[in-house]
Amino acid sequence: MPEVNEATVAGSATVRMRGVTKRYGGVTALNDVDFAIEPGEAVCLAGENGSGKSTLIKILAGVEQPTSGEIMIGERVRSRLNPRVSAAAGVMVIFQDFSLFPNLTVAENIALPTMRGNRRKLFDRRRARVLARAALERIDIDIPLDARVESLPVAHKQLVAICRALASNARLIVMDEPTTALTEREVRSLLDIIRLLKSEGVAVLFVSHKLAEVLEVCEKVFVLRNGEKVAEGPATDFDAASLSRHMTGRDLPEAPPSAVDPTADVLLEVSGLHKEGAFRDVDFTLQSGEVLGISGLLGSGRTSLAKALFGLVKADGGSLALGGAPIPLGDPLSATRAGIGYVPEDRLTEGLFLTQSIVRNVAIGRLDEHVRGGFLDLDALVIEARDWLTRLKVKAPDIEAPVKSLSGGNQQRVALARWLSRAPRVLILNGPSVGVDVGSKADIHDIVRDLAQAGIGLIVISDDLPELLAICHRLLVMKNGRIVDEIVSGTVNEDELTHRLAS
Amino acid sequence: MTSLDSKNLHSEDSHAGNAALRESPSRGLPRKRFASLHLWKRNETLVAIVIVAFCVLATLSDPLFFSATTLTDLLRASIVLGILAVGAMLVLVSGGIDVSFTAIAVFAMYASTVLTLGVMPDLPWYLVFALSIGIGASLGAINGIFIAGFGLPTLIVTLGTLSVFRGFLLTIIGSERISALPPGMRDFSRMMIARGTTEAGSFYALPAAFVALGGTVVLTWFILHKTMLGRAIFAVGGSVESARRIGINVRATQFFVYVYVGALAGLAGIIYGALGRMADPFSLVGLELSVIAAVVLGGARLVGGYGTVTGTLLGVALIVLVQNSLIVVGIPSTWQSVAIGVLILLGTGLPAWQARRAAAKAA
Repeated sequence: MPEVNEATVAGSATVRMRGVTKRYGGVTALNDVDFAIEPGEAVCLAGENGSGKSTLIKILAGVEQPTSGEIMIGERVRSRLNPRVSAAAGVMVIFQDFSLFPNLTVAENIALPTMRGNRRKLFDRRRARVLARAALERIDIDIPLDARVESLPVAHKQLVAICRALASNARLIVMDEPTTALTEREVRSLLDIIRLLKSEGVAVLFVSHKLAEVLEVCEKVFVLRNGEKVAEGPATDFDAASLSRHMTGRDLPEAPPSAVDPTADVLLEVSGLHKEGAFRDVDFTLQSGEVLGISGLLGSGRTSLAKALFGLVKADGGSLALGGAPIPLGDPLSATRAGIGYVPEDRLTEGLFLTQSIVRNVAIGRLDEHVRGGFLDLDALVIEARDWLTRLKVKAPDIEAPVKSLSGGNQQRVALARWLSRAPRVLILNGPSVGVDVGSKADIHDIVRDLAQAGIGLIVISDDLPELLAICHRLLVMKNGRIVDEIVSGTVNEDELTHRLAS
Repeated sequence: MTSLDSKNLHSEDSHAGNAALRESPSRGLPRKRFASLHLWKRNETLVAIVIVAFCVLATLSDPLFFSATTLTDLLRASIVLGILAVGAMLVLVSGGIDVSFTAIAVFAMYASTVLTLGVMPDLPWYLVFALSIGIGASLGAINGIFIAGFGLPTLIVTLGTLSVFRGFLLTIIGSERISALPPGMRDFSRMMIARGTTEAGSFYALPAAFVALGGTVVLTWFILHKTMLGRAIFAVGGSVESARRIGINVRATQFFVYVYVGALAGLAGIIYGALGRMADPFSLVGLELSVIAAVVLGGARLVGGYGTVTGTLLGVALIVLVQNSLIVVGIPSTWQSVAIGVLILLGTGLPAWQARRAAAKAA
């Protein structure tokens, strides 16, 4: 096939889209969009879920074909691409799931796409290692070449995905939300790598929800909303507020929480909770109507603690009491009955039944309440679930559609709806806005505030500091398994908080 | 240059919650220790240990067990099972499952026998073999069309074709046992690699068909590990979506797998007929679960992406030992299927349980 030589033909790798439109049936996902990225440039592609970002990326990757418009890579003008043409022209997309093979080694994952390109029939293990090592050295990283990718931490998987793109002579690397799964320090390293790539003339298209880091590394910002370009310009022209305004089309002032009534009842009492190797000496109380934040770096024990409160992890000792009544440790069912709800961080694997319908996902939490003489009162169940979906503003064309068809923000609302329908007294939210866009995030924060107003006690585990500052009354900082700091909201700003977390 | 420090990244591993507490940088683990840990966790090692233990036990209770006769008997018994297992392993690696291969094997064997007898009875054995392999590959291609072409679930397709192939064979081609095989096949069954009499006076013989198992093993190993096609099979088994995104032709890869497995089934079938000196249309079907058991014992995972030729052969060896020599260690043969079941539960359940416990501990 002739495309194989494309990479050598395309001298300057400017990638340009002109008047690109994409329709899926009656829905216009992208409408007459112009876009360009130069070699060595980093551009931030911003937009809420459903704004057309993913469609734009997929068109660049050649996975989707535009309905109309043209794409120029270097000198060649094309009306359509396919994955092989895109790859040969040096456009490499790192999808959110990294598209790696868990069962293959690091070397194979890095080298396989390149080795496929040269049409050899035989697989040369040594050549795979050489290619992989070269790519790893280019970004100065040391990962064992023979390790299976499934055994790597997320940050390393991402590096493998980046190296894979580099090994295939990438001229434009598209990163789809590269920082969602990373800790702050890993994000720093990633940004350094992006700077390095830029200095070598590789263009980087960065899709991210985390505005601060985007603005740090990108020269240009490109904002999509409802499939149309709404803003484009040098990154210096944008700040977090203006960017989110462009993305959502509305101002989103984050009101700080109103103070908790000091006379409110104490809901949850935790004392002396400890678990070998995870956390120890954990004491705190949670009042009715209070939003308590728990933060700390990954590995600080915050997630284990959150799970232990709900019984998913069995603590070795200590006590938990809700409204004075003790709750047995390590028993999620008792915790649920006592009125504790837990919305996990990883909705996809821990929280939702992805292939089941939206309404079933909500209703599953209420099966026991709707039993009439041994039979399930389906109508009542569905009516109630529907009501919660409306109250949480879940945007779903069809509540019988599977949950996996929803955006991240809406999935999170479904998870919330399920718990809220059980009227919990304490709700634990682990990473409530991970993988959720700016607009939905603000909505979720509003929901949290409303719940607190209604007298529910909330515990929010997050490493998104602006989020914690915006919704929490009080903040516990964990380090090496212990609570090392307690911060009353309003007394610190983001920089100070970052400092206290890291110290 | 970048300030990225691999050590830091490692200790930020979300699974390393407690490791971080103990300040143990996981990067410091020497590669060697990784390797040995790995070896102990592998099913292959476990199965090999069980095999050795079984042989030691058998030899202790009956010194005659340790002889050329036993060895050739076991090798002979592992030919058909082994060829089928290697094929089934390939399917598991690609992320599918095939239960129809026994039906393909018996169909190919019986149809090629009938065809040879009816058209040219004097066909040399290798052409009869080629015919059977060809029929097997064509039937495999039918699986391939449904699975790769229409994207249907592999278990459902092969359950369906298992029944269809078998029914078609019995109603249209024939349901009578044929013991007067074509002369070519009889010639083949008399070809031996080694034969003789042991000092104890018992006769032993290893048929030439064993070479077919050897060839299958070498060819499959070569495809899996030395060709891009092999990497593509592993890649598809690891993640179909990722494979598609890096431009692997997923359909062609799957199609190849089912055709290859069909061809191997055709080979195994005709060997079964030739060595048994009878074409029995009721044979072989029912064996598929033993075959899959052997493959799973050898470490292949039902979720796809994992499987080794070595592991498969060890699994086959263990199943053959249990099927043929259980009586030697004092367990009545009627307990055969119980023994195999227990081996599967322990041999594959134990590592899975260990992995789960390790994961729970880390979380």
